[in-house]
Amino acid sequence: MRYLFRTSYRQDLRAWRHGGDLFWYGLLILVCLIIPLVMGEFYVGELGGVYIFAIAGVGLMLLVGYTGLISLGHAAFLGIGAYTNSVLLAQGVPFLVTLPVSGLLTAVCGAAIGRPTLRMSGLYLAIATLAFGGIVGTVFQKWNAVTGGFDGFAVPTPYVFGISVEGATGVYYVSFAVLVFVLWLSVNLLRSPIGRAMVAIRDSEVSAQSMGINLAKYKTLAFAISAGITGLAGALFAHYVRFLAPDAFDVLLSVQFVTIVFVGGLGSLRGAILGAIFVRLLPQFIAIMRDSLPFGIGRLPGLEPSLFGLVLVLVILFQPDGINGLWLKTKHWFEAYPFKRQASGRRQKSYARSERLR
Amino acid sequence: MEDAARLLQLVVNGAAAGCIYGLIALGFVLIYKATEMVNFAQGDIMMLGGFVAYSAVAHWGLNYWIGGLLAIGITAAFGYALDAIVLRRVIGQPQFAVVMLTLGLGFIFRAGAGIVWGYDSVGFDTPFTNRTMKIGGLILGADNVSIIVGTLLLCLVLYLFFAKTRLGVAMQASSQNQLAAYYMGIPVRNVFSLIWAISAGTAAAAGILLSPVSMIDVNMGFLGIKAFAAAVIGGFGSIPGAVIGGVFVGIVEQLAGYYLPAGFQEVTANIVLLAMLIVRPQGLFAERMGKRV
Repeated sequence: MRYLFRTSYRQDLRAWRHGGDLFWYGLLILVCLIIPLVMGEFYVGELGGVYIFAIAGVGLMLLVGYTGLISLGHAAFLGIGAYTNSVLLAQGVPFLVTLPVSGLLTAVCGAAIGRPTLRMSGLYLAIATLAFGGIVGTVFQKWNAVTGGFDGFAVPTPYVFGISVEGATGVYYVSFAVLVFVLWLSVNLLRSPIGRAMVAIRDSEVSAQSMGINLAKYKTLAFAISAGITGLAGALFAHYVRFLAPDAFDVLLSVQFVTIVFVGGLGSLRGAILGAIFVRLLPQFIAIMRDSLPFGIGRLPGLEPSLFGLVLVLVILFQPDGINGLWLKTKHWFEAYPFKRQASGRRQKSYARSERLR
Repeated sequence: MEDAARLLQLVVNGAAAGCIYGLIALGFVLIYKATEMVNFAQGDIMMLGGFVAYSAVAHWGLNYWIGGLLAIGITAAFGYALDAIVLRRVIGQPQFAVVMLTLGLGFIFRAGAGIVWGYDSVGFDTPFTNRTMKIGGLILGADNVSIIVGTLLLCLVLYLFFAKTRLGVAMQASSQNQLAAYYMGIPVRNVFSLIWAISAGTAAAAGILLSPVSMIDVNMGFLGIKAFAAAVIGGFGSIPGAVIGGVFVGIVEQLAGYYLPAGFQEVTANIVLLAMLIVRPQGLFAERMGKRV
């Protein structure tokens, strides 16, 4: 087991805990950079998709896992990012401008929707975002002049420093770069006063307020940041699918994002990435298993959404810490061997605080 | 004259649709008031109720009234079991865990209904299908009138139940103060499960009332989103507010469908919801509540 000793004040400010962290994450980045050179086109494309979902997952994790609010409309933000990026690219604006602009515009939309609803309890945000998702979906379908309606919208090829981002490999590298950037941003955000305020709001709104945190302001800020990161993911998603159809951004996609966060493990950025891997691989797994399942279960229509629902229900009931919690428990078992006790992994039962005055 | 009749027709149609939203919203509100959970699967429970009634009438050959009552009973029992087996376990987890749990359950119900009843729309004969009534020169569809009358009757029954019966008063007590209710010897956990049963039964009644107007299919649970608008307008804690909010949403939706260009009707409920949250987030009939540390 590793014991950490504080030997300098700067140690508390660092983003990593010890040299081991730095080594392993550096190695992971190297491996990710090499993957396209050794793996086939199909796998590189799928991994690119995983990275894009991981970016959106990190965005939603900041909201759900760290601020304790839930959004059922993140597919709409992904869509806004995707359409903004594609429409601007079609106008001839360079990709290095359209990418941040789509993130910013989505963040503004998030702030606009968050500001009025976040005065109320977190429940209202879930309902309002659900409604917002419905409205945005309809706008994508009906606003033919900009989105092309049901005919769809062919996404132009972007150029980064004169190199065209084409095919699976191009999307892979750009998504990877954005994912690393977003993770770096989030790690630093969570150590800043804004991040601390978000966690305080999650743990107790009333005590956060009594410490001088402006609830509406920080909730709106968290929601806007979350929406903005999802907008970035949306801009990349446009290049991943290459052809935008308005019905891609429906409630099911929002539920997939929330599944990422819950399955990965609330309150951990690592969880968002693990969850994204799970959510992207599940449909592939279904496709492979389709023929070998008994009773023709694999051929049922609507299998995928119901599996997502089932996974969500099982995780909430039996493994509320998600995959990340599983990993932490395994690690603890090895580190503490042979002193693992039944009670070591037990969750403290925290009774939901009533929001009413009785 | 032509215009006035047309308008009245739209209002009646809207009120009928709105009663359905109101009944679903009533289910949300009952559960929310009692347990502070929001059941995102309420629309899907309505769908299940509709399908059970379809089986009872079309497959088992029962009379519409008996089949309907049986379907309400079965769905209510299902609601009781749902709370007793699944939802009771998540007491103590954050509120959004419950939101996601019920949302996930909704997807499972949809798939389950698809496996049992198939993905095609189905319908069954009711005494109200394709009949009209003439009231004072106004021609109304019997189906719409049946929805409105049915909703009023159901509300009356629920009101009498909550105000006059011992169990109803016990339910009110458990909703207002769980701990004090325990001290008075009320079996609060059972009472909560019974509230889930009533809520599921109400949803099933909504599904059955809706069946003469629209076909029953797996995706009819999406009406639940419109019911949210109804509940928010009513103030999310108010039972009459939910029904009035539902009727309001229904009427606005019909008028928007007639007077505004295509595409507006489907998002009207959502726009009304967002507008309400911006203008008056606590709803029309809010109970004043403070917050507890």
